[in-house]
Amino acid sequence: MLSTFTRNDWLLLIGFAIIILVLPWALQPIGAAYPDLLQKIAIFGIFAIGFNILFGLTGYLSFGHAAFIGIGSYVSVWSFKLLTMNVLPAVILSVGMAAVFAFLIGYVSLRRSGIYFSILTLAFAQMSYNLAYSVLTPITNGETGLQVRAIRDSAAVSLRDGDVRLIDQAMGIQEIGVPITNFFGMKMSGYPGFYFCAVLLIICFFIAMCITKSNFGMMLKAIKSNQNRLNYTGIHTRPYLISAFVISGMYAGLAGSLLAVTDPIAGAERMQWTASGEVVLMTILGGAGTLVGPVLGAGLIKYAEQKVSSWNEGILHQAFSGLPDGLQNFFVEFFSFFVGEGWHLTLGFLFMVIVIFLPGGLMEGARRIASIFRKQRTDKADEANAVGQPAE
Amino acid sequence: MSVAENIRDDEDDRGFKSGIPDKVLHIDDVHKSFAGLHALSDVDLDVRKGETHAIIGPNGAGKSTLLNVCVGRLKPDRGAVIFDGDTLTGKSPHEINQLGVARVFQTPEVFLDLTVLENVMVPALSKRDGHFKLNPFKSFAGEKAIRQEAIDVIHSVGLHAQLNAPATSMSRGDKRRLELAMGLIQHPKLLLLDEPTAGMARHDTNATIDLLKKIKEGGMTKVIIEHDMHVVFSLADRISVLAGGRIIAQGTPDQIKNDPRVKEAYLGEEQV
Ligand SMILES: Nc1ncnc2c1ncn2[C@@H]1O[C@H](COP(=O)(O)OP(=O)(O)O)[C@@H](O)[C@H]1O
Ligand SMILES: [Mg+2]
Repeated sequence: MLSTFTRNDWLLLIGFAIIILVLPWALQPIGAAYPDLLQKIAIFGIFAIGFNILFGLTGYLSFGHAAFIGIGSYVSVWSFKLLTMNVLPAVILSVGMAAVFAFLIGYVSLRRSGIYFSILTLAFAQMSYNLAYSVLTPITNGETGLQVRAIRDSAAVSLRDGDVRLIDQAMGIQEIGVPITNFFGMKMSGYPGFYFCAVLLIICFFIAMCITKSNFGMMLKAIKSNQNRLNYTGIHTRPYLISAFVISGMYAGLAGSLLAVTDPIAGAERMQWTASGEVVLMTILGGAGTLVGPVLGAGLIKYAEQKVSSWNEGILHQAFSGLPDGLQNFFVEFFSFFVGEGWHLTLGFLFMVIVIFLPGGLMEGARRIASIFRKQRTDKADEANAVGQPAE
Repeated sequence: MSVAENIRDDEDDRGFKSGIPDKVLHIDDVHKSFAGLHALSDVDLDVRKGETHAIIGPNGAGKSTLLNVCVGRLKPDRGAVIFDGDTLTGKSPHEINQLGVARVFQTPEVFLDLTVLENVMVPALSKRDGHFKLNPFKSFAGEKAIRQEAIDVIHSVGLHAQLNAPATSMSRGDKRRLELAMGLIQHPKLLLLDEPTAGMARHDTNATIDLLKKIKEGGMTKVIIEHDMHVVFSLADRISVLAGGRIIAQGTPDQIKNDPRVKEAYLGEEQV
């Protein structure tokens, strides 16, 4: 599998790793270099890479992947509450549980294709969301969300309000104040938290590269290209699809887990359909089927979300202060629909523009620009040749 | 391993020693109708091991429908298709392929987003690994061998210049050749070819005939649907004539050439 990696592939991997690791410096000029945002970019990058393994390679559009985010978050918080504040078991258990659920949901949903598949996944995710708010409140703590607490004094205290942390207790780890997630002692908030997510993002990127380059990945691309023909070629497409679904579900589970690692609370809103839709936007915005595109899309959307939703009328007035009063008020009124709470409107608008003018996403845009430059260069080279070589 | 060698290997274990030619494919009393239109009625057909069996007949005679029944795309209303002791009727397309039946489609159905090489690698891997394989740690040597084999087959159909080109950029004639390569790479026990030369220029048609002749020497059993009588008479060992969903004649090329019913139903209109 690694044997199929070309030199360019290794360069891509190394370049990607470097860019991710220097993000805290690289993003300073645009005011995005704070841990909270950086963590989100890395986490949603993982989510989008995984989503792209299903959607980008096989063409199957899941509208329910946020369910696995939720599962990952809940499992992680439970791991913090019951076992240890060390994030390693939390991450492993979350990914494992997401795999189990992805298998079940995928097994059923993949009986259908196209829009019916999408709707089935959406239905499953909404079911999970509603269950988290109703029947499952003992596990999810409903609207309040599941939180890490201090270790309880007696078994009379419910698990929601007091934790046990069996492993930490057995190891005699003392807790003072609010328990904090850690990776063998290293605190998982702030920049260490970002670097933990960043390293996992790079590993996830590498795995996605391996999948894309492998025979397995080729079969997934063949499914997107012509699933029917594949059957007549002796390939049973369903196991391939289920595997891709499970893998992408595990990526989502990891992302959910990391959300809990960096901020140990889990709420049902993470499973809402808007969250499922968001990852679709990220993938398409960046470029479905490309390796880098989904991460780019995730980073951009998370950045824009933080910025645009923090803008308010005051900032708009400043931005348009050069205009005459009447015009200024008009512009401020108009654009205030798109900022702050109206951020989703901006997102929808951006999405429409991309899908209409650049269906391949930003990566396609980059490719187009690159090809224009390349063409100019070869034109110049041709001219040079024409001058250099006299006509026959 | 070349295409021809592999087929010779197969041949030895169930040879013609008994003197009675083996039936590889047995189509037994197959009926198929589409909303009242009888596309196939009472179709009985035997294909012997190693032969090239041509099915001819006018447009709309039911030839493609017959192949569709064989590969599991269509379920017959009645009757059965038996291949090498296995009943194909009711099996899914991938199971039928895994039993050793490959089909070359009339309208090329290649993987447009994949390269020529990848298009051939897919059936090659399906043959080697079965209907599903998750392959996280595949050995380099094995990969190299199968890749080389795919390249050889692509060479044999004359597409080596486009090895890494995406299939979507190919001409229709080239897509047909790619279809053929996708069938050949699997070394199927039975290869079903649906008008492999339709729409090809004379030159390409002749090249395809030569290629199919070469495989014939290898002993692969083939069923070929063909419109071009030149192709049929240069390749076929036996011919079945299908008209209006029924087999109206069966025999050697000479017998068919001189059969008055066939002339009336088919050859007359084609001016052979
Ligand atoms: N899926 C289908 N649905 C309805 N009618 C069909 C279908 N497939 C084939 N037919 C009809 O069955 C008849 C035989 O078609 P076909 O097998 O494609 O003929 P041939 O390959 O001999 O030209 C034609 O009249 C065709 O219109
Ligand atoms: Mg036909």
